[in-house]
Amino acid sequence: MHLKLQHTTRYTYETPVRGVVQMLRLTPRPYDGLHVVRWRIDVDHDATLKPSEDSFGNIVHSFCAEGPLDALTVTVEGEVLTEDTSGILHGTQERLPLGLYLRQTPLTTADRTIADFARDAADGRDRLDALHALMAALSDRMTFDVDVTHVHTTADEAFADAKGVCQDFAHIFIAAARSLKFPARYVSGYMRQSDGREHYEAGHGWAEVHVPGVGWIGFDPTNAICATDAYIRVAIGLDYLDASPVRGVRTGGAHETLDVSIQVQHGASQQ
Amino acid sequence: MAGVMGKTAKGSEPIGSGKPFDEMNGFDGECREAYRALKDWLEETPTDLLDQRKLEAEALFRRSGITFAVYGDKDAEERLIPYDLIPRVLSGAEWNRLSEGLTQRVQAINALIVDLYSKAEILKAGIIPEELIYANPAFRPEMIGIAIPGNVPVPIAGIDIVRVDADDFYVLEDNARTPSGVSYMLDNREVTHLLFPDLLGRNRVQPVERYADELLAVLESLKPVNSSGDTTIVVLTPGSYNSAFYEHSFLADKLGVELVEGRDLFVRDDILYMRTTQGPKRVDVVYRRVDDDFLDPLTFRPDSMLGVPGLFSCYRAGTVTLANAVGTGISDDKAIYSYMPEIVRFYTGADPLLHNVPTWRCREPEALAYVLDHLGELVVKEVHGSGGYGMLVGPASTQAERAAFSEKLKKQPDNFIAQPTLALSTCPTYVDGCIAPRHVDLRPFVLTGASGTRIVPGGLTRVALREGSLVVNSSQGGGTKDTWVLEE
Repeated sequence: MHLKLQHTTRYTYETPVRGVVQMLRLTPRPYDGLHVVRWRIDVDHDATLKPSEDSFGNIVHSFCAEGPLDALTVTVEGEVLTEDTSGILHGTQERLPLGLYLRQTPLTTADRTIADFARDAADGRDRLDALHALMAALSDRMTFDVDVTHVHTTADEAFADAKGVCQDFAHIFIAAARSLKFPARYVSGYMRQSDGREHYEAGHGWAEVHVPGVGWIGFDPTNAICATDAYIRVAIGLDYLDASPVRGVRTGGAHETLDVSIQVQHGASQQ
Repeated sequence: MAGVMGKTAKGSEPIGSGKPFDEMNGFDGECREAYRALKDWLEETPTDLLDQRKLEAEALFRRSGITFAVYGDKDAEERLIPYDLIPRVLSGAEWNRLSEGLTQRVQAINALIVDLYSKAEILKAGIIPEELIYANPAFRPEMIGIAIPGNVPVPIAGIDIVRVDADDFYVLEDNARTPSGVSYMLDNREVTHLLFPDLLGRNRVQPVERYADELLAVLESLKPVNSSGDTTIVVLTPGSYNSAFYEHSFLADKLGVELVEGRDLFVRDDILYMRTTQGPKRVDVVYRRVDDDFLDPLTFRPDSMLGVPGLFSCYRAGTVTLANAVGTGISDDKAIYSYMPEIVRFYTGADPLLHNVPTWRCREPEALAYVLDHLGELVVKEVHGSGGYGMLVGPASTQAERAAFSEKLKKQPDNFIAQPTLALSTCPTYVDGCIAPRHVDLRPFVLTGASGTRIVPGGLTRVALREGSLVVNSSQGGGTKDTWVLEE
């Protein structure tokens, strides 16, 4: 699929800030299922975007903008060609040992209820079947709700409420998969919904699970499907914190307002 | 014994059971050579004088701000660590043996950490189970693939040593994260100088004062390859509310470098700077006393106010050295400890010179069964724990405590290891107007730079002031002693 992306993040500061330091994971690394035609990040201030890589192999850009600043806008514009591989990933950069992806993190700790839920859902099924059953069960159990959780909500908190956003669905799925001894990780990126909608208020988050003999597979528990060519996979990590599109610190300034606008378009018509 | 790693010198016999070894009087009451002069002095010195010196020592500590009690909070008492007047003595020959063993162990620890964050050969060789490393929160994936300056992730290590007889030294714990306590080593010596000016010379005690110079040389030797001309070193502290703040400021002062908090530093384009009255000054080496989690809110805990945003990117880019590196705490883990003899063999090709205390890993079912059956004889510790908290000292426990602990053990066996109760050696200690034997341990500080390992002769001796107590931690009523290593 030919996808065009435009992602604008605008911070407005109630009182001017002295400076902003940010670390962006907003650039996809190509693999067999994703070809980057063009990709560009802009910051509307005089700042050098320093490219680097983290230990997961994510492409990172950092910058420091010196104030006083009333507002700051980060823009991402890109164009990619994706392929539907039924969620199975080939040609990805694998820098870290598989065993590391079995680790629980504070955001992805499987408490007894999640571990029991995972075991019941898998019900002795083998590998892929177990994961599909888990995804279906989770999707039945959870309700998508943008008003209940926040970025610091942990898997077990969201699971107890049975409500949350894609980040919560992914964290629970990751925690559950790890409790079944599958290496699992968080993915941040974008997706184009099948209803043809172009505008979104947030990026997307899903999970990848490693299945012996198959490799890494993208599971999107929010939509109860494996990742398709409608997904743009950008960054990975043990949980949301590692794969966050933006991590930043500002000095000075009072309250900030955040506006995010994302547009994912089918690119074919314009080519 | 199932699950026991690390053979003791005496095979599978219990270690140091029975009467403890006294470092002055041995097992049989005959004064050991190294203590002869000190013992004579103790015998000829009236207790009035000792009482007088004890008061003077307290006054000295208070006046120079050496105590941790200066903040006046309710924990102050806990932080006032008593100094015992009577030094602990090691002969030159004993020290040489110990020092060789420490060098070997710390070189192995450095090699282990470099390996774990690069090729992980030791895991491929099947020597340590992979999940013990990768599931461990002290192992930091962020470090994987980073070139560590000088291949020395642990320039400063504190290795806790105990002995049970005249011959053998045992490592009780490795501290490769941010070992503290060196200020006591230096302060205690200074106080001995002031109180008993002729005693040190008469006993031909090797000096410890060059510790700061050694540390400075080690830190300078590890400056990043891409550093500026002059090397700028700073000590990074979490601030004056930290319980070890005194030591941070003490060390900065002795090193002659700036003591900074996170807010005194900033990052521009992957270079670390310090704010100074003359403008920004580039920093090359950070002796950091801030934990991994709090070092950089952009990479570690996002809510940390103690670190420097972007610091870890500088480290990754090779423009700054962190001493110690991030993720070195993995070797402090007590489950990893149990593999240390194999780790030493793997990286040095030689048998370990220092003994490990035999350790049951409760994650292994057979070992767990043994531990549950023998709780009354064993010391059970949390694998990630420190400071003497969260442990069960079998022989000193009640039936109810053991029952409660057994439940904890069964629930989370991975979280615990068990060791035999060691009859730690004792040293003469001045308590309530009498000289009496009290149990001790020793933390020497092992410095490793680009050109090798050096150890200032001595360390921090901690002493359990309560009669019969084996717990020397300052948080549990322990005191400290000046530690003498005699010239050969």
